[in-house]
Amino acid sequence: MTTTRKPFRLLAGAALLLGLSEAAHAATELTVYTAIEADQLAAYAEKFNAAHPDIRINWVRDSTGIITAKLLAEKDNPQADVIWGLAATSLMLMKAEGMLEPYAPKGLDKLNPRFRDPANPPEWVGMDVWAAAICFNTVEAGKKGLPLPKSWADLTDPVYRGAIVMPNPNSSGTGFLDVSSWLQLFGEEGGWEYMDKLHENIGVYTHSGSAPCRMAGAGEYPIGISFEYRAARTKADGAPIEIVIPEEGVGWDMEAAAIVRGTPNLEAAQTLIDWAISEDAMRMYNEGYAIVAVDGIAKPLEGLPANFTEMLIDNDFEFAAMNRARILEEWQKRYDGKSQPK
Amino acid sequence: MRAFLAVIAVYLTVALALPLATMVSKSFEVRTFPYDSIHIARLAEDGSEEVRTLGDWAADAGFAEAVAQAGRSSAIPAVRLFPGWDSPDSTVVAYRVLNRSGEAGTAEFDRKQLPLDEWVEIPRDQIRSVVFRAGTARSVANYVRYVTTPALFNSVGNSLLVAILTTAFTVTLAFGFAYALTRTQMPFKGAFKTIGLVPILVPSLLPGIGLVYLFGNQGLLRDMLMGQSIYGPIGIVMASVFFTFPHALIIITVALSISDARLYEAATVLRAPAHRVFWTVTLPGARYGLISAAFVVFTLTITDFGVPKVIGGQYNVLAVDIYKQVVGQQNFEMGAVVSIVLLIPAVLAFVVDRFATRRQVALLSSRAVPYMPKPNARLDWTMFGYCAVVSALILGILATCQFAALVTFWPYNLELTLRHYNFDLADGGGWKSYRNSLTLALWTAFVGTGVIFLCAYVVERVRAFDSGRAAVQFLAMMPMAIPGMVLGLSYIFFFNSPANPLNVIYGTMAILVISTITHFYTVAHLTAVTALKQMDPEFESVSASLKQPVTRVFARVTIPVCTPAILDIWIYLFVNAMTTVSAVVFLYSPLTTLASVAVLNMDDAGQLPAAAAMGMMIFYTNLVMRVVHLGVGRLVQRRTQAWRIGS
Repeated sequence: MTTTRKPFRLLAGAALLLGLSEAAHAATELTVYTAIEADQLAAYAEKFNAAHPDIRINWVRDSTGIITAKLLAEKDNPQADVIWGLAATSLMLMKAEGMLEPYAPKGLDKLNPRFRDPANPPEWVGMDVWAAAICFNTVEAGKKGLPLPKSWADLTDPVYRGAIVMPNPNSSGTGFLDVSSWLQLFGEEGGWEYMDKLHENIGVYTHSGSAPCRMAGAGEYPIGISFEYRAARTKADGAPIEIVIPEEGVGWDMEAAAIVRGTPNLEAAQTLIDWAISEDAMRMYNEGYAIVAVDGIAKPLEGLPANFTEMLIDNDFEFAAMNRARILEEWQKRYDGKSQPK
Repeated sequence: MRAFLAVIAVYLTVALALPLATMVSKSFEVRTFPYDSIHIARLAEDGSEEVRTLGDWAADAGFAEAVAQAGRSSAIPAVRLFPGWDSPDSTVVAYRVLNRSGEAGTAEFDRKQLPLDEWVEIPRDQIRSVVFRAGTARSVANYVRYVTTPALFNSVGNSLLVAILTTAFTVTLAFGFAYALTRTQMPFKGAFKTIGLVPILVPSLLPGIGLVYLFGNQGLLRDMLMGQSIYGPIGIVMASVFFTFPHALIIITVALSISDARLYEAATVLRAPAHRVFWTVTLPGARYGLISAAFVVFTLTITDFGVPKVIGGQYNVLAVDIYKQVVGQQNFEMGAVVSIVLLIPAVLAFVVDRFATRRQVALLSSRAVPYMPKPNARLDWTMFGYCAVVSALILGILATCQFAALVTFWPYNLELTLRHYNFDLADGGGWKSYRNSLTLALWTAFVGTGVIFLCAYVVERVRAFDSGRAAVQFLAMMPMAIPGMVLGLSYIFFFNSPANPLNVIYGTMAILVISTITHFYTVAHLTAVTALKQMDPEFESVSASLKQPVTRVFARVTIPVCTPAILDIWIYLFVNAMTTVSAVVFLYSPLTTLASVAVLNMDDAGQLPAAAAMGMMIFYTNLVMRVVHLGVGRLVQRRTQAWRIGS
């Protein structure tokens, strides 16, 4: 009996050793909540681990709205250690709920003051800007004879009936920045009027902010309201799309990072936040986003207009964060579920 | 034995009864502010004092009623209650707050709860540190809100409509298919039977994805819809028919194959025309099978979440509402309310079905002669054509998914590529999800088979503790009527509570295994019971009289006799664990992401090709396991089932 068991014992020993050596590599595990696009996640973790191999990241990724809702729901019993890559408006909410741990990361002084929590020490720090963009499928539009829209107002033209996809603001941060930017651009009343008209042209509301552009790229619907990273990426993948930045200006938000109050891994969390605003990280953000939080690093992105920075609206984050719940409720009442298939 | 029965009873109670009870109680919980029991006084410079309740101040500041406000946010900062809160009011000297509420919400100053029943004075510039927190109360407010919110309540009608349509189509189609298999001499019966069962091997999300590629706005066959959109009830019904078809087929095939040939002989003697034989002999004979199939299909459709999630568009149904409430808005209480609404039709269908099955038993007498179909060229070839069309549809949907998963950029670049299999670049957790799914399926199959078979053994073979056995039998039948979404949600409530000592399994593979075993318990249990019923009850008495321990009969006789059934249970659990979404979608953690859930998340993010690729990986895995199961089954048949020959 003992002889037959021996190989197993050896195997078990080897497994134990392997396990130990792996454990030695990953001394700390961080649960990181994020809305960063899935196709970037692996690269983010890899770059970070190149500098800090002793910290392992377990991602919990979902759309901005869902991660926000999840964090709020877990407020009394937080599961996350760090939030890395979530809309700043969401982090402002977390701050108001007292869920964030103030921390001044290394290199904070290099950050453009617009891209950080004004409190000292700040409770969150910005990473990059992500902004709305429209993906317009030229092939399908050609078949249907749809003109190229130039502005948000153009999208309410009845010629686009059923041809537009946009993200549901209740789950998607991109959807929310669209809605909050329209309310700021056209005024509260005008904004809802605009959305009423736009609603007539919407084919479907999606769960994620990426999906509209991907669907437009695949020609499922000719027009997708999405954001610039996904638009540039979809175009690079070979989709016959034109990227439209509406002339009224586009809504935007920051991606930001913060430490969750009460994390048992405070030191590792601080290391991650230090790195999240490092120059290396900023270069990495710039691969997808045209504007990053440290000035003088970003290179312009292919496929986006040169004056993209000027197209960003004068965003009132306080308004967006503080009225978030009310806006979402109103939106849901007006458009969610009411729309039966046409 | 008594101890063993107790263990099984405890398992079923903890894994089923308690979570459900917790969920029911949760559905009556509302978050609310103590609007009436907190008083706030504002002291002005001139010594005058304005005292009002929190509710009065809140109403003036535009905060909705106590429950609605708590639904929006769990806290109200005190400053925002007073006019001009952003520019401090210089005529006010101080505030005083009286807190009379403990349970249903509190008032906090500097993150500490204010003492009860005591006026506390707060200097003007510190009012910013006062916050009112929502608490929990019990009421039917959630139900009232559900019924009065059209976006939610419409789902009831939508769900019923879709389920009824699907039931009508599936049962009709499956009846034709089963008829061809049992009542004709058409060629390739074996192949058709296999193909008809294929949809069991794929997650219900996959037919939705296939239909998008076939009938979506860029679909190959979109013109066949004549301008109708696939995103909505049409798509839901089509995909639901696909995935419920095998379930109906199995039940109806069984019902048709137990008919009595003497009735047909009588009909022939009486020169009844074929159609009359069909209406007066064939259909009534299969009546209970048809009823049973109809209720199974109805329940599957109304409780399924994968199909409407992928292809439902803006057409809301109950199962998706639960997902939206829980995952999308983290509104667990409303999720619980919708769950209970969803339980009603499922439980009704279950009860009616049990009733129908019970009556069916009496149909066959021991003198019945099995019916053997005679060759009939016209009928045989017609049915062959029919089965060929249905099979082509089934395989066509799968082939479309596979093709879409291999295309570089649908529909503009049809060059083949493997890049969509690089799951690490897509949502859903990458290849690790696939490995996790295999782990889950193996654990579920091994542990589940053990637990379920032992439980069935106790219920079926032990001749004592009748009331205990009846209770366990009842619990074992329950999972059939519990939709996966409901089970998963009830697990959150039960296991995620810090007060529960079993809290440690939350977020681990263990909770996924337990929920999956419980979710698929009933069918596996019935399979085991049926196998055990074939054994003469005297085995145990004989062994007892020979003074042999029960375990010995169990190991030497029971297990070998039941090996085919045990293998069937094993593969049933494995396949379902690979494809399940609904119960586990609330329970997976960053370390235990699953392939089937990855399909859902990829679809959500618009990564359709990757979703199709992952769905097909699940299909191939199940296919391979099926083939292995078949091989092992043959081997076992030869080695342990010799006693069946000649019996």
